Amino acid sequence: MSAAVETAAATTAATAASAVTGEDRSVRGGGRPLGAVRPVVTGLGVIAPSGLGVEQYWASTLRGELRVAPISRFDPARYSARLAGEVAGFEPEEHVDKRYIVQTDRWTWFGMAASRLALADAAYDPADHDPYATAVVFGSGSGGNDFGQRELQRLWTRGRTAVSVYQSIAWFYAATTGQTSIRHGLKGPSGVVVSDGAGGLDSLAQARRVIRRGTSTVLAGGAESGLTPYGLTCHLSSGRVSTAAAAADGYKPFDIRANGYLPGEGGATLVVEDPAAAAARGAPHVYGEIAGYAATHDAADHARPAPDGRWLATAMRRALADAGLAPDDVDVVFADGAGSPDLDAQEAAAIRAVFGDRAVPVTAPQGLVGRLCAGGSALSVATALLSIRDGVIPAVGNLDTPDPGYGLDLVQAPRQTPVRVALVNARGYGGFNSSLVVRAVDPA
Amino acid sequence: MSEPRRTAVTGIGVVAPGGVNRKEFWTLLTDGRTATRRLSFFDPSQFRSQVAAECDFDPAAAGLTARQIARNDRFVQFALAAALEAVEDSGLDLRPAGTGGLGDEGGDGPVVGVSMGSAVGATTRLENEYVVVSDSGRHWEVDPHYASSFLYHALVPSCLATELACRFGTHGPASVVSTGCTSGIDAVGYGAQLIADGEADIVIAGASDAPLSPISVACFDAIRATSARNDDPEHASRPFDASRDGFVMGEGSAVLILEELSSARARGAHIYCEVGGYASRSNAFHMTGLRPDGVEMAEAIRVAMDSARVGADDIDYINAHGSGTKQNDRHETAAFKRSLGQRAYEVPVSSIKSMIGHSLGAIGSLEIAACALAIENDVVPPTANWATRDPACDLDYVPNIARDHTVDVALSVGSGFGGFQSAIVLSAPNR
Repeated sequence: MSAAVETAAATTAATAASAVTGEDRSVRGGGRPLGAVRPVVTGLGVIAPSGLGVEQYWASTLRGELRVAPISRFDPARYSARLAGEVAGFEPEEHVDKRYIVQTDRWTWFGMAASRLALADAAYDPADHDPYATAVVFGSGSGGNDFGQRELQRLWTRGRTAVSVYQSIAWFYAATTGQTSIRHGLKGPSGVVVSDGAGGLDSLAQARRVIRRGTSTVLAGGAESGLTPYGLTCHLSSGRVSTAAAAADGYKPFDIRANGYLPGEGGATLVVEDPAAAAARGAPHVYGEIAGYAATHDAADHARPAPDGRWLATAMRRALADAGLAPDDVDVVFADGAGSPDLDAQEAAAIRAVFGDRAVPVTAPQGLVGRLCAGGSALSVATALLSIRDGVIPAVGNLDTPDPGYGLDLVQAPRQTPVRVALVNARGYGGFNSSLVVRAVDPA
Repeated sequence: MSEPRRTAVTGIGVVAPGGVNRKEFWTLLTDGRTATRRLSFFDPSQFRSQVAAECDFDPAAAGLTARQIARNDRFVQFALAAALEAVEDSGLDLRPAGTGGLGDEGGDGPVVGVSMGSAVGATTRLENEYVVVSDSGRHWEVDPHYASSFLYHALVPSCLATELACRFGTHGPASVVSTGCTSGIDAVGYGAQLIADGEADIVIAGASDAPLSPISVACFDAIRATSARNDDPEHASRPFDASRDGFVMGEGSAVLILEELSSARARGAHIYCEVGGYASRSNAFHMTGLRPDGVEMAEAIRVAMDSARVGADDIDYINAHGSGTKQNDRHETAAFKRSLGQRAYEVPVSSIKSMIGHSLGAIGSLEIAACALAIENDVVPPTANWATRDPACDLDYVPNIARDHTVDVALSVGSGFGGFQSAIVLSAPNR
């Protein structure tokens, strides 16, 4: 690590800690120093190919069940990639109020379903609080693909009068955030951030900014659903989708046979709270705190990866500095695990650059479910918090033979070990690098 | 405890209907001319609304390379052009990575970020490519052999942040904010938060949208949100006028260079204004509907003023959302009265959407640019096409003619699908 980078990281962290810019502080913050508050996660909701709800997802993940499978939502025969991580057995009527189902895309169903689960898990009913005390900030990916392709087809085959009155509110990237705010009566400073696969982490960072400005509770995370013929076609154009015929040969992060990624659908919502507010209401779980975060951009090329992983390493270092932690404090890295040899090699080099000779355990359970864009990085944070809760690190998904050149301690079977600090990486197409540190919180 | 970090605006770039740079944009606004016309990008005759505010934009003339043009949707092209102008205006040396610009200074230099808004991203390109791969909708299982190799780049609108980061070699935090029609305000607001919290020292912030494609026109047709004044396109955008009948869709981009105030001062930068305060609230009511009372927008305005440490009497100008729909203009007028009290009747309020239409997420950034220029020039742009008073809209809307008026503090607001209500306060540099 260069001295220059270290200095910048320390400066950034110091400035962040002393910033006094609360938009509402004078109004609702009661003068508490919110600038350095580390928000806590008090609720998790998961909709994933490996399960509806946290416990189903977590059990399946620990068992290492591969949930990538041949695409069933349409006939994929004509496409070079035919596998994906579909959310199976999801009946929207069981998870989403009827009036929202007709207005919204499948992606929004997932986001709303995960949010309902997360609120229940947190035992947080927004109706018990000032409506301005709760906000929703989601990472968004490709918007409403099912709705979008259907309405495009109607327009181009039957004309403009055939287009749904809901198209304008279902397709755009803010749909899930907007509908969730309406469903739960959330009037706080809501938002939508888009940074491809990094979006889930970036939503948590924005949630932290919102909480530091005086809003006590934020729903954050993200979801994705792009498994339509046109959505898949868009993925294929990246040239990074695995064309394997069998799921076991497809998305294989850090494996010597890594050959690209497979898209998946689903995501996670996290209830993020000001710790004082969580304590005051007696929140039943505190999964951990958001201890640090940083984001960088490679600024190299719109599609080709940067020459090296130095800016990913910088994001990790700055996130640790923001958390006031050293690399030695980290018990596990939840990697981005892109599943392409060049990108995996880059991330491995970045991890080695930050952690030196120390073999920090590295995992990437998303090999079981595919890449869920912003939903995937939200799910990674949820998974890291479950690791902390249960003292077990799940294995890298679909990993048979770790590439020995990476020099990483890749977790190949669930590892029982106390986990207090986890660092989560997420990268987005085009060069986004985000790192987030979650840490166990001791019971009061 | 150290002083709060404040945010200065040190560069402005614009691509707008009727004016493809900052100067032309400001001239159009202060002349009170309208840039709305019959839609020309495709035959609009099947649509209910056939009017639009289109940009006469030549990306090559604006400095884009052949490859930037080929791989990017128009909304990214606009932003690249606007950012080139803004960066040049700021005097900052921001160049592609590895060529010796500010971004190459790594840990020693300032952290430069990107915070750009867009409501609908690359919708136009996604529709154009869809038409080809589906053969005009004939096939549900579209044929990938007809797809361009840049389609994933279009699918997720974060391509906007990527392109700016690559062009200007910025390695700090980069993201796209997509909160519908408040995206532009929110992207600038988030950019200012990055500076305030020490996450960045300089942020390229703004927004861009190029939604003038058949699917966008159709989806607003379906809910009758857009104007059907097809026989009189130049006068179709009529905010606050009694005869208004919907918004006129537009396109464009504005990009601002945000900079930590003391560093900007130290390098002797020209400072247009400061981002004094920002806030957003949701109405939690309806994706497109607005209650007439304007409560949540009033709350956003109140908090934004509070964080800027200004009171109602300090506000010299309000740049309204003023979309020209029946419900918006009433809602907003009520919000101004609720948040500013008697001051709402005294302060000039105008909507530049009367001249350049409503470019969805981009418009918030264009309106912030207009506010910065109003502060710079002490001139308030008018609301064009205002002819007949609506009893529910009884404020001073600066009808039709720009007004010389000292502007030290400007308020700009936005309201968007999804229920988002955002407000930003800009103040003169030496205030």
